[in-house]
Amino acid sequence: MTVAKNILETIGNTPLVDISSLSPNPQVKILIKLEGVNPGGSIKDRIALSLIEDAERTGRITPGATLIEPSSGNTGIGMALVCRVRGYTLKVVLPQNVSIERRQLLEVWGAQIIESPGSEGSNGAVRMAQRLAAENPDWVFLYQYGNDANPRAHYEHTGPEIWRDAPEVTHFVAGLGTSGTLLGVGKYLKEKNPAVQVWAVEPPTGEMVDGLRNLDDGYIPPIFLQNGGEELLDRKTIVGPKDSLAWTRRLIDVGVFAGISTGAALAGAVKAAQLIESGTVVIVSPDGGWKYLSTGAWTDDLDEVVERAKRIIYF
Amino acid sequence: MSVELRLPTMLRPAVNGAPSLTMEGETIGEILTTLVTEYPGLSGQVLTDDGSLHRFVNVYLNDDDVRYLDKLETKVADGDVISILPAVAGGAS
Repeated sequence: MTVAKNILETIGNTPLVDISSLSPNPQVKILIKLEGVNPGGSIKDRIALSLIEDAERTGRITPGATLIEPSSGNTGIGMALVCRVRGYTLKVVLPQNVSIERRQLLEVWGAQIIESPGSEGSNGAVRMAQRLAAENPDWVFLYQYGNDANPRAHYEHTGPEIWRDAPEVTHFVAGLGTSGTLLGVGKYLKEKNPAVQVWAVEPPTGEMVDGLRNLDDGYIPPIFLQNGGEELLDRKTIVGPKDSLAWTRRLIDVGVFAGISTGAALAGAVKAAQLIESGTVVIVSPDGGWKYLSTGAWTDDLDEVVERAKRIIYF
Repeated sequence: MSVELRLPTMLRPAVNGAPSLTMEGETIGEILTTLVTEYPGLSGQVLTDDGSLHRFVNVYLNDDDVRYLDKLETKVADGDVISILPAVAGGAS
């Protein structure tokens, strides 16, 4: 290990850990890539750096710039970290119903928070950021849902790291979100081995759907359409909060303290392991458990935590 | 096959407010075609004029998005739960 020139150099190159003792099928290995070890605490540090460096190269941002981004937490935190180090101002449009720790971390890094209605979920945050960016043309809107530097970070780094560490991979399972991880890693792995299956897991839309008045309020990330997401994915499965939380707790048995969306990815991996004869399933753990302590995810009655989880955005 | 079809809030007014319906059919496509025939208020909302899925509609067979199964040809079994949900932006991101 050499000395990193600055903290941003420590982003990426995360560990891949064998947690096959949690696999329901002895012929199927499960490996977990721990993105929580990134300096801002999540996989989103990768895309924050990629989006900002891409914008610096192309001249979209200049010293002292102000950036705006919709985020339910992790991208905002990653961007706030990079902006702090590079001297930019960041405004994050944040749905009201995210865990308290996400808000606190944004404040730690000095991001300015603009609240969007919790009932409109991430869709509402995206819409508000689009409107504010249009009203303030001097703010730079890098738009993680529509910027190719997002999947590119995973195509150039996350995917190659997985292939380097586990070329025996047969299945890749990750949360959908902006779709950047699945698109970038999935494309890279399929280029290396077209037989690799790429599975998306997603949370139930739950109450946030009630905020939509009609179907045309629906939203598909532009990067998903531009990168042929529908052709790339082999399966897309909903994992509910109860399964997500139960598997997040099981991870503690193997010493992995991860966020709730990691439990969802593990539930997807377990489903894959039950459906196939043999193989190696690689999952991504987007973040560690720290930001979810206030939800009681590990300590309180499971059914009570499930009810609480329905009201916050944890993905 | 008899299945339960769940509808999102925004589509319920077109089916007299029902959150779910009991439907008969062999495939997802057959069930959705029956749905829009019985409730014409939903035509154009779930299926487009050429009979494909509306782009902002996701249909799940139990927990799996049918776009990644056999699309509208996906076969159903007795007791399956089919959910229609609007496409929304993912979370954490």
